Amino acid sequence: MLGLITVGCVLLITIYLIISGLPAIREIGFVKFLFGKRWASTAAEPEYGILPFILTSIYGTAGAIILGVPIGFFTAVYLSKIANKKVRSVIEAAVNLLAGIPSVVYGLVGMLVLVPSIRKIFSVPDGASLLAAIIVLAIMILPNIIKVSITALDAVPEEYEDASLALGATPVETYFKVSVPAAKSGIAAAVVLGVGRAIGEAMAVMMVAGNVANMPSLFESVRFLTTAVASEMAYSSPGSLQRNALFSIALVLYLFIMLINAALNFFLKKDKEK
Amino acid sequence: MKKIISLLTVAILIVTMLAGCTPEEKSVSTDGSTSMSKVIGALGEAFEQESGIALTYNATGSGSGIEAVSAGRCDIGLSSRALKAEEEANGLEATVLAYDGIAIIVHPDNPVKDLDLEKIAKIYKGEIKNWKDVGGKDAEIVVIGREAGSGTRDGFESITDTKDSCDYRQELTSTGDVITTVGSNPDAIGYASLASVKDSVRALTVGGIEPSEATIKDGTYVVQRPFVLVTKKDAKLSKSAQKFFEFIKTDAAKEIISETGVVPAN
Repeated sequence: MLGLITVGCVLLITIYLIISGLPAIREIGFVKFLFGKRWASTAAEPEYGILPFILTSIYGTAGAIILGVPIGFFTAVYLSKIANKKVRSVIEAAVNLLAGIPSVVYGLVGMLVLVPSIRKIFSVPDGASLLAAIIVLAIMILPNIIKVSITALDAVPEEYEDASLALGATPVETYFKVSVPAAKSGIAAAVVLGVGRAIGEAMAVMMVAGNVANMPSLFESVRFLTTAVASEMAYSSPGSLQRNALFSIALVLYLFIMLINAALNFFLKKDKEK
Repeated sequence: MKKIISLLTVAILIVTMLAGCTPEEKSVSTDGSTSMSKVIGALGEAFEQESGIALTYNATGSGSGIEAVSAGRCDIGLSSRALKAEEEANGLEATVLAYDGIAIIVHPDNPVKDLDLEKIAKIYKGEIKNWKDVGGKDAEIVVIGREAGSGTRDGFESITDTKDSCDYRQELTSTGDVITTVGSNPDAIGYASLASVKDSVRALTVGGIEPSEATIKDGTYVVQRPFVLVTKKDAKLSKSAQKFFEFIKTDAAKEIISETGVVPAN
């Protein structure tokens, strides 16, 4: 019964998004909307092109994955296989805490510490940029990646590792050539989960990315799909093309998340089949 | 018998429906500008204390507020810009409640102390890109603004005549964010409601005039906008709304308006 409520919510949101998202796409034109390069929703002659947002979301997420996955992955291998109990419990507690920090706090710290330091280190006029967003996102997805990877690595049967050690492989060889391949679908799921978190994050990104609808570039101010919706929703008048276009952006974002979810399910299924 | 009962039910239903339609005499509904939330909130509280009439406020934005009052969805529309000519032609009337000064803010270490309206406009349009062109040090100007649809942005862009042509480096979603960002970047310039300017930033003088209550009221400080109560010319105001209009003329109300950081109109 309670499960039905969840299903009902998902269905309701999906239908609502599709119904409210499609009219604007139809009015603006599918190609013009998805591949238009200029977003000026309140101009006298408004233009609604969301290509900059889509690319920014993809680049930002990819950047966060490139930064976050190696760190998260090695941390997970270390914690699961090498670290002693005491170290592991301390670091795990820290990781859990990191997962519990609200995103607005990440944004605030990013705004007050990260943005000014990017400005100084790279001597650019302003630090609010795609890079700042990538760094914040990378930190935010770390707990997801670490926790899910640890679970996957812990689940590798000890016999595999014992066999490898008995054959004369060093512990490090064993971890990377036996344990990690055995846990690879779980680790892949961790990465996908990280992608999902990064692409859906709005608050923290809104505070450090500058929110101007530029085409993405590392040191330019950029706007993500999420922040595009969040920053204009409050002021758009109901029923206007602007509001409808925001719903269309949400629909595009939703499709991205559905894709990621499908990928996640695919990896998890593969894990079970083994 | 059955017929009578069903007729009665219908009659009762119609009566209750009509009762639901007539606006409740006891409360005044306002709808509009999000920039005015502070001043309307404070006024509403005091008004309710004094007269027992509740004041409801729906923060939607100036455009929606004006639309709501002309469609009769609320008693008073709130707008943080003067009415356009076509809106007045449509039978709307404006009563200025207060003036809100928009301060042009820079980092306290910035040597530039004064800009005129034209230079501000040029900076925001991206025609002046370096502080040295306006008497500062050799550094790129970082232009900070608000998101599309914000009342402050709308006010600023209409005063400086830079609508749709501003070249922002950052579009932030709150006044607080603008102040924090400008306060942490020595090359940044931003705009914010004068009431919320803190010590972490410095307000520039515009054309030699310092932004203050006096200069905003006498109109010498030019970067300012009115907070307007919009009503319909031909429709009669409800008794409660009339009382509210009387209330805002009292000295107590003026004091409350000043306390929220804007300048009362009269």
